[in-house]
Amino acid sequence: MVVNCEQVWQEISNYLEDEVNPELRAAMEMHFHECKRCTAVLDGTRNVMQLYADERSIELPQGFTARWQSRLLEYSPRPRGTAYGWVLAAAALALISGSFALTTLDAHSLSALRSYHAQPGNNLPAGMMVAISSNGKTFHVPGCRYLHKHENENVRLVAASEAIREGYVPCIRCLREYLNR
Amino acid sequence: MTAIEKPADATAEKEQSLIARIRDGESGLFAELVKPYERRVYVIALALLRNEADAEEVAQETILKAFTHLQQFRGESRFSTWLIQIAVNEARMRQRKQHSQLFEPITELNEEEGSYTPRDFADWREIPSEALERSEFRTLLSKALASLAEKYRQVFLLRDVQHMSIEETARLLNISVASVKTRLLRARLMLRDTLAPMFADGWFTRRPFGKGNNPW
Repeated sequence: MVVNCEQVWQEISNYLEDEVNPELRAAMEMHFHECKRCTAVLDGTRNVMQLYADERSIELPQGFTARWQSRLLEYSPRPRGTAYGWVLAAAALALISGSFALTTLDAHSLSALRSYHAQPGNNLPAGMMVAISSNGKTFHVPGCRYLHKHENENVRLVAASEAIREGYVPCIRCLREYLNR
Repeated sequence: MTAIEKPADATAEKEQSLIARIRDGESGLFAELVKPYERRVYVIALALLRNEADAEEVAQETILKAFTHLQQFRGESRFSTWLIQIAVNEARMRQRKQHSQLFEPITELNEEEGSYTPRDFADWREIPSEALERSEFRTLLSKALASLAEKYRQVFLLRDVQHMSIEETARLLNISVASVKTRLLRARLMLRDTLAPMFADGWFTRRPFGKGNNPW
């Protein structure tokens, strides 16, 4: 069996994967022996495979690990009777937030959050008046159309700090500008 | 034989104890469980989606989903297999949202039949082994990869970067084994065409490139 350059190129990938039959392999090896160009292609292709097989070849975007880890942290587990995770989060928030934020909040008086999909409202002014419904989960700017009120439910206006203390979380629509991201 | 299998078993054992502890409430350990696979998750997403931003987003979603659904992991497969499956599902969901094509148009199949002729025959014998430590070199590799057409890039990423089998790659992309092989061949040859001239005469190793001195 004799193979020409073109045939060799078409099989070079299979050859490197060891997926050619012995007869073809022998023929290709004979060809490589005589053909400098095909040997160059073979070496180069093998190099390509080896280079990209190295984990370092594809870089993770900068900050990749930190970003998923911080999202994981935000994603509080369902509390089992306690709101430990959120107490920690609130404490951390209190630490990093400025005078504008909820520094007066007593972290230990926080009740369990009503929604697990919450984003902490970093920059919410503590005294801002917000609307809550008694069985709802989120607090809103008064008049927000995402404030759901069922029958027999009251809508109350309270300070944001009070809403948070009761476990309400900020509405991601009307209070967007105050959220983390 | 057993000596080779041992490390893998040790990893699996360590993972199982981590998983048990996470289920018992030590959720902070989840990051430790996932960390070894972050690159795989990212590369899978990168292979199935078009850009890095989407890939990262999907990687994050995958990790969060694995976290919230950890109770559903039965331990019948490896944790990494389970995680990768979630990544694939997440990436597919995103593809659908973007209305991108899940299946190749049939007409494209024929186009692959034509043979590929290498453009360049530069002799590239050696890989500078420490080259991968240099970020310019890694940038070079990603640029070369990014220059490939979508269908070649996908196959190459899954097979040569992610080390999936040809069959797995075919299943994942919904294409035939023969198509995977053809595309793989092309991807490899095209990458060689791009990269070989830069190495052949020692150009890369001799002259580290600075600003305005890029090889592409």
